[in-house]
Amino acid sequence: METTGFSSPRPDAFPAGLRVLVVDDDSTWLKILEKMLKKCSYEVTTCNLAKEALQLLRERKDGFDIVISDVNMPDMDGFKLLEYVGLEMDLPVIMMSVDGETSRVMKGVQHGACDYLLKPIRMKELRNIWQHVFRKRIHEVRYIESHEGLEEIQMMRNGMEQSDDGYLFCGADLITGKKRKDVDFKQDDRQSGDPSSVKKARVVWTVDLHQKFVKAVNQFGFDIGPKKILDLMGVPWLTRENVASHLQKYRLYLSRLQKENELEASISGMKPSDVSSKDTADNVCLHNSSTAPQNNDTNGSYVVCGNKIPIKSVDSKICGEDMKIASVQMAESKEELIGVITDPQKSSNSITGLNLSSRQIGSNVRYEPKVPAQFSWTEVPLVQFKQEHKPQFQSQSWSAEVQPVQFKQENKPHFHSENSFSHLPLSKNHIQVDCTEPILSHHPIPSADEKDKQVDIRHNCIKSKSKRKSKGIGIVNPVESKAELFSVQPESLLTVCQEYEPIPCSVWNMKNHSLEHILLNDIDSSQRSLILGIGSGFRLWDEEFQGYSPQGDFYPQNAGFETIESFAHSNQELIADIPPLLYDSLNFDYGNQSEAMEYPVMDQGLFIA
Amino acid sequence: MERNLHRQLANMKKSLFDQGYLDEQFIQLEELQDAANPNFVEEVVTMYYRDSARLIQNIDHALEKNPLDFAKLDNYMHQFKGSSCSIGAKKLKNECTQFKEYCETGNGEGCKRTFQQVKKEYAALKKKLEHYFQFARQVGPVEKACRPK
Repeated sequence: METTGFSSPRPDAFPAGLRVLVVDDDSTWLKILEKMLKKCSYEVTTCNLAKEALQLLRERKDGFDIVISDVNMPDMDGFKLLEYVGLEMDLPVIMMSVDGETSRVMKGVQHGACDYLLKPIRMKELRNIWQHVFRKRIHEVRYIESHEGLEEIQMMRNGMEQSDDGYLFCGADLITGKKRKDVDFKQDDRQSGDPSSVKKARVVWTVDLHQKFVKAVNQFGFDIGPKKILDLMGVPWLTRENVASHLQKYRLYLSRLQKENELEASISGMKPSDVSSKDTADNVCLHNSSTAPQNNDTNGSYVVCGNKIPIKSVDSKICGEDMKIASVQMAESKEELIGVITDPQKSSNSITGLNLSSRQIGSNVRYEPKVPAQFSWTEVPLVQFKQEHKPQFQSQSWSAEVQPVQFKQENKPHFHSENSFSHLPLSKNHIQVDCTEPILSHHPIPSADEKDKQVDIRHNCIKSKSKRKSKGIGIVNPVESKAELFSVQPESLLTVCQEYEPIPCSVWNMKNHSLEHILLNDIDSSQRSLILGIGSGFRLWDEEFQGYSPQGDFYPQNAGFETIESFAHSNQELIADIPPLLYDSLNFDYGNQSEAMEYPVMDQGLFIA
Repeated sequence: MERNLHRQLANMKKSLFDQGYLDEQFIQLEELQDAANPNFVEEVVTMYYRDSARLIQNIDHALEKNPLDFAKLDNYMHQFKGSSCSIGAKKLKNECTQFKEYCETGNGEGCKRTFQQVKKEYAALKKKLEHYFQFARQVGPVEKACRPK
């Protein structure tokens, strides 16, 4: 029995039985690859459409070890699929193409491909693909061993001050554990030949889980380490290693986002974007049960429900800024960006609605103000987001998203009516829109900790990986009535009621989509300020949300924000960084923050979608 | 006699290679052929010709438009090229590359001209392969892949 770690795979076991998913629109290639992979003794599943492939992967979590995908596919760009897979399933993905241009290959690598094969593909190349699976596992285990082991020992040491025996015992356990790992690996090799059972079960980053993750990250800032995140998340079965690898992806995503935001940030003026979501090419099924009134039939429309949030017309300037922020576009692909456009309404009690509309690639953001003057002060307009999904999204990358808006939330007792808006970064992935409730549902605004906390929404744009992230947009629309609290999650919660059509167009899920929804509510002296800024992309509600439920339903029990998760499935990395400019103009006044830190806003119908 | 047929078949194949119709990929396909899929290569080629016919049509139609949408043409051709290299159609692949180059430079005439070549090669190869497979079926079930000299 070796204790040195992984031994070389036995020829009769791993990599035999490697479960490969092949995605290619060309049936001829599919047939050839299937045959080739079978010759390698791999278990092959073929897929003609990227959407189907995603679905398969989602249905059979842990059902595959590696994905091979063509770059050019009609229903979805291969890079986008790549992102999704990386984010959601954390599987190694190999890209293929007849085009071997350096730029393409680079793009593949940037989006997270672990290899890029040129067609025609040789048998020997396919024989070797198991190394990517193997490598991933080794890295994961190594991480655990190097981090956890040490920490555990430390903990032990601290914990058992007096008993040497105890320490030794613990130490022995650790060693045994390690050994067991090796043994298990070998045994698995021997028995099942299925490398996937070697390690612990792959962690599926559900929307809920990701929300917790983002919450933790946002709480302490970008430089938080995986251990801290893990502690904050409080998920017992999660390991540091899981968090670390997820964090890495997240950071990549954000940085990409940031880069693209920078590119896009110069877009001035929001053009109304196609609200109609084109299609559900993005495969992400948004489970949107919202029935927001202004629901468009487009997919992935988000409805921001605000209940009775008195909102003044937003300054057009702010809007402009918002626009800018919201107009982050996906540089490369036609990502739809959901931007929130605030319609400054001069009418006193009108609420400017933010329209989130998905933007086409190329900064074609069109916002449709969904909030006509129908909203009175007491009502929060429904902001409808429409997200367009274009099948051709090249890269639904996070980076293409609007730069996250940075929120700064000051703990002020009252909202000033200045055009202040809070931009809440929406968790891209995890916004589940459960807008089943009428817009006017009230939700108590969580006041609790928010009050004390400075809303410092700093979403660092992490270079995100490619596309895969689904973004959920949560627009928190704190409605504040006079006594309301504006609970702004430090992370800036924007919950947007999303209306998702069951179509696989997952707006929210699009990792690439960074939606910045900015819900601007002009807050005038009545201290209603409801501004939701949606950072680029969606952010998970950070921990400010007390009432955050693990399901990703943002029920700000305390916060009164309702977040709607649009995604049925998980993991979206979201992070929206709110550009400082937006932030500065934000002037949150917390509504009356009751002693109990309650957010009475909910009464006012603060609706966080 | 059998040996003779085999030799003939081998020669056919050799000439296909010598004339540049086929390349290494075709050999790869033949190597994949086994007892489980005794007619693998033929099946693949048949599939290719069936699916690519649609692409040819698309390109034809696109070439009739005015002005030419080079991005679209390039896209179609990219697909076609990818498909063609799956069976090891060497000459065809080269013509495709040429076509794509013309697309990049926006040379409509070049595209049209090249595409005529593409269609010619496409048809010629099809005939040759049909002939080859017909013969191969006569010769024997499993034709071992052998590299032409």
